[in-house]
Amino acid sequence: MSIPKIVTSRLGFDDSFTMDRYIKTGGYQALRKALKAKPEEIREEVTTSNLLGRGGAGFETGRKWSMLRPNPVRYLVVNGDESEPATFKDRMLIERDPHQLVEGTLIAAYAIQATQAFIFIRGEFALGLERVINAVNEAYEYGAIGENIFGSGFSIDLVVHPGAGAYICGEETALIESLEGKRGFPRIKPPFFPAAIGLYGDPTVVNNVETMSNMPWIVNNGGAAFASLGEGRSTGTRLFALSGHVNQPGNYEVEMSKSTFRDLIYNPEYGGGVRRNNQVKAIIPGGASAPWFGPDQLDLALDQDAVAKAGSMLGSGSIIVMDEETCMVRAAWRIARFFHRESCGQCTPCREGSGWIDRIMRRIEDGYGREEDLDLLMDACDNIAPGVSWPPAQTTICVLGPSIPSSVAWSIRMFRDEYLIHIKEGGCPFR
Amino acid sequence: MSDSSEKFNISIDGIECEANAGELIITACDNAGVHIPRFCYHPRMKPVGMCRMCLVEVSGPRGMSLAPSCYLQVAPGMEIVTDSEKVKKAQDGVLEFLLINHPLDCPVCDKGGECPLQDQTLAYGPGESRFVESKRHWAKPIPLSDLILLDRERCIQCGRCIRFAEEIAGDPMIDFMSRGETIEVNIFEENKFTSYYSGNTVQICPVGALTATPYRFASRPWDLEQVESTCMSCANGCRMVVQSSQDKLIRNLGIDSDPVNQSWLCDKGRFGFTANQSDLRVTVPLASNEEVSWKSAIDFVADAIKQAVDSTGPESVAIIGGSRLTNEDAYCWSKFARSVIGTDSVDAQLGDGLAPELVLGLPKATIDQACKAPLVVLVGPDIREEAPILFLRLKDAATNGQTKLIEVTPNATSLSKYATQSLFHRPGEQHVVISALVSPQELKPPTQGAPIQPVAGVDVDDITLARKLIQENKDAVFIVGRPSMADSEEILTESVSQVVANMSEAKFLTLLRRANTHGALDSGLAPGCLPGRTTLDLGKEHFTKIWGKVPATKGSSCTEILQKASRSELKVLILLGADPIKDFPSKKLALSAINSDTKIVSITAHMNDSAKLSDVVLPATMFGEKAGTTTNFEGRVSSLGKKVTAPGQSWDDWAIAVTLAMRLGGDLGFNSLEDISEEMEKYVPLYRNLKPHIWESSAQKDGIVLPITGESVKPRWIDPIATPGISSLTHHRVALRDSNDNTLELDTGKTSEFQVLRFEPHQGDLKIPTLDAYSLRLMAPRRLYDAGTHDGPASATEELPSILNLNHYDLDRIGASTGDRVKVVSSTGEHVSKVALDDSIAKGTALIWFNLKANGDEIGASDLIGVGELVTDIRLEAI
Repeated sequence: MSIPKIVTSRLGFDDSFTMDRYIKTGGYQALRKALKAKPEEIREEVTTSNLLGRGGAGFETGRKWSMLRPNPVRYLVVNGDESEPATFKDRMLIERDPHQLVEGTLIAAYAIQATQAFIFIRGEFALGLERVINAVNEAYEYGAIGENIFGSGFSIDLVVHPGAGAYICGEETALIESLEGKRGFPRIKPPFFPAAIGLYGDPTVVNNVETMSNMPWIVNNGGAAFASLGEGRSTGTRLFALSGHVNQPGNYEVEMSKSTFRDLIYNPEYGGGVRRNNQVKAIIPGGASAPWFGPDQLDLALDQDAVAKAGSMLGSGSIIVMDEETCMVRAAWRIARFFHRESCGQCTPCREGSGWIDRIMRRIEDGYGREEDLDLLMDACDNIAPGVSWPPAQTTICVLGPSIPSSVAWSIRMFRDEYLIHIKEGGCPFR
Repeated sequence: MSDSSEKFNISIDGIECEANAGELIITACDNAGVHIPRFCYHPRMKPVGMCRMCLVEVSGPRGMSLAPSCYLQVAPGMEIVTDSEKVKKAQDGVLEFLLINHPLDCPVCDKGGECPLQDQTLAYGPGESRFVESKRHWAKPIPLSDLILLDRERCIQCGRCIRFAEEIAGDPMIDFMSRGETIEVNIFEENKFTSYYSGNTVQICPVGALTATPYRFASRPWDLEQVESTCMSCANGCRMVVQSSQDKLIRNLGIDSDPVNQSWLCDKGRFGFTANQSDLRVTVPLASNEEVSWKSAIDFVADAIKQAVDSTGPESVAIIGGSRLTNEDAYCWSKFARSVIGTDSVDAQLGDGLAPELVLGLPKATIDQACKAPLVVLVGPDIREEAPILFLRLKDAATNGQTKLIEVTPNATSLSKYATQSLFHRPGEQHVVISALVSPQELKPPTQGAPIQPVAGVDVDDITLARKLIQENKDAVFIVGRPSMADSEEILTESVSQVVANMSEAKFLTLLRRANTHGALDSGLAPGCLPGRTTLDLGKEHFTKIWGKVPATKGSSCTEILQKASRSELKVLILLGADPIKDFPSKKLALSAINSDTKIVSITAHMNDSAKLSDVVLPATMFGEKAGTTTNFEGRVSSLGKKVTAPGQSWDDWAIAVTLAMRLGGDLGFNSLEDISEEMEKYVPLYRNLKPHIWESSAQKDGIVLPITGESVKPRWIDPIATPGISSLTHHRVALRDSNDNTLELDTGKTSEFQVLRFEPHQGDLKIPTLDAYSLRLMAPRRLYDAGTHDGPASATEELPSILNLNHYDLDRIGASTGDRVKVVSSTGEHVSKVALDDSIAKGTALIWFNLKANGDEIGASDLIGVGELVTDIRLEAI
């Protein structure tokens, strides 16, 4: 069975990021085709494709577009602020196929009749920034961006904006604030959903890099072709960033719903098995903010709804595999520390809770834990995400807050004994 | 939040109640008497939902969920639960989080005892801490300015101070730095928090993170006594609570008076109480600068008055000043002057104010009316320098409301960036611009097809746009004040004449600078005026009946009084808290008057330049040391609280008048303050119904605009956490209702026993001299802080030199650069001064701040300004 490579088709070429290669491999044909159609026809194709947003929340792209408030000014913002530990799929698309991203962005901009488009790229992606900026400049020269694109009458400008080193700016409203030149504080919502009140107060769509990279294929092959891949709501293919204790970590594009976590980890085409033939102890199925899975859940399909039903998420498309030699306390602490450092500081529970949890976790890992610390951790988690369940309730403005308990609370639930060993033995048994 | 009058039912904790569309959940709960704990929410600022303390359970499409009540709006049928286990758990959790890094140094913290964090922890928080890690530590305190200190360990990052500075004051000088747990409030490197409004951040800080030096470690809240009062730093009349400890004024806090100051105070008002403790206080009577007894001082003054009246008639005695007085003081002095001395030469203003007919005779607008008007036209000075809280109100109206703002000023003001149109005119030609704006005739070119020349330096297109706005809004509110001391008040009177003649629906807010100038004028402390906003002619009969006698003819104004004194035609000059040497526009005349043979009597709280040269100085009580009422520039009367004992042998001003009257064989009939207010209420229609039971009702909290009508104020709840420190004030208020909620009887009586003054537009014919090519026209505006005795500590203490400011064109023209010395020549005097570059000043004009202290090489504008001249032109000569 051959699965089409939708977003990674050019990655085999060393010069995949050049205009030359892009044109040779059919580049900008989709944009030409799209511009000949009506915007609503493109929107229809995308709705038919049922493309789910690839940034983390997995919202239907077509539906997101349809929520835009009518307004003379509309913005399209592409979120390339991929900053979570072990999430690196957008980075590859940005660095290795920037023209595909640019073309996808232009198609989306045409479809929603945006008046201005932005690509916001994580500041640390130096190479990616350089390549996207080059691609945008080349596209301007090629006539794909700017006034009267390909003689279609449609005009748009595309601005590449580098981030300034804050994970929180991946949150769409914080990203918009940052783009406006302000501090990256997520906005309160309601009332400020970007589709109604976004960038500079105008209706705005914020889409992920991978979501945009799917556009040229959908336009070329039709939404139905896309929807024929995968199952149920999870259509098309998805790029997974596989990392951790697998023999072949990397980005793999697989058809949605048709493979399982086990396939991805053990298939010689993908992960190629766990290092030293160890057993899988736990996986994080969808990035640092996702609740953990144990080895008993490896046969779950890579399907958004199936994973959600099992109590976690495919989220940012990052799968972290941890084998039996891994200290679960340390692993959870490292993620807790990440959120502590990346909290924006607006909401009390996240600002103070993340630091407190980080400190307790570190104390346990260092051998100074107390048995009551486990209840304390669970209660602190409960005060950030009441109920500590999935999907989480939250006491904060954005979802960074309720992301904190995912590693801490789930690792305590799954590996309480390991925590108790740390506490009783006064240190980490894995060191 | 919303003007919508739509109402619907919601349920709060199972109880059905009514809510207004667009209202926030927290407001609906406050109105229903259900308290939701909060830190970052402030009713006068936009919600940010940061502290998460106000979480409640709210019904939504997915059932009940926790939501912040401070930014969610109510919806029809919404169920709100504020006391469920889930809510309590969330509140408990947020408080525990807030406290883990809080130093808990309450025993040494100034906020301890009135701290929302303390109070709400007690009410909603955990009993004990489970936090065993080490707390976050910061260097502390750090100065944000010379006045405001920040303790970052106590800070709970609610952002109230930051939001106040940006949203309310328009001074975004503080902000969050860093992020997450290490987020901190700070200034931008060396740029200090030099805002006129910085003290408000201390008042609204819900913890002890921000402190101001005057109150720091000075007292504990439970040792404070307080009284409600009204600020007398300017004529805005901000309502405040005056607090003292051990008979010493120690802190002022702004009261949330909706129509006036909405809880804000400027730093000058907030810290002005330090003037009570100034070394410059006069505490004993002085004769020739030697301490004397009150008896001999009174004897001296009474004898001097008697001698003068007997030998050269009552008009050889004159009184200048009165804006420091209470309304009762002013009435008493007015009666003393008219009925006992027999002089009409009384003037509350020092040639630096507005013609009394403008203040008393124009159709008035309140601050609220101005802020709700579709169009406000500012004709005059920079409001932030004259009435800082009015600036906040107008800025708010222009940015958040529907009000459009046109300013007609000689140069850019603090409101310029919020104004729809700014018309910067040549100094002294304001009336020409006003005429072009309000007259029925449009501007026409001199000949067909020729370009229209600029009007007084204002571009024709700007005039046309502004004119259109004004013509479309005939009910515009005009805020009028003196833009500069270097041009005559006649110019403003002429401008107002133009407006009144062409716009019958226009209303006016007359911008007076000194606190109770309006009250003094209402009491008749102006030549030709009598109490109750009337003239000598109109009220003569009435006041002859109640006072026994009033002068037959109109007396002299301040300028005429000083001229008479300098010609030795005046025998006695009484200065009622006035300092003509510093405040009269022309220093030359003031000095020659004070230095003449005229006997000068200074009744003052502070030693000043004029008092130093006086024959007798009598110590008077001041703000905080005396009770009574004051009237702001809206004509709103509000109460003054007596909180502390006056130092030394100071007397209330009314008591001095009464004693002098007795010594002169007259009897004013007053033995107490109440006697005076009773007479005012009884005989002056303006004050009718201003009776004790009205004052004791809650109506007086916002002050009462005269004359009193039955119009009531909505009951309003004041958020105790919005203004910590004054939570003991009554929160519910109903205007004109007594404590039993009965509507108070108003005595409607006869509307008036005499006619009141009406401003009549007159056809002015001002001949403004043409500015010749060699001269510069002088502007001499005033700043808020004027190196005067009432200036308390300020964070905006940037010391401005009193020097000549020019734009680069004029600087180049005389071949000078910043710091050079040049000779400045006017028709009145010449001086050597340093010059400085300021490109906000128009070509052909020069600026010297009128009221800055001139040191060494610096120049005072009053040295150059002449008497009776419409404008002041100067020439510069290189040295």
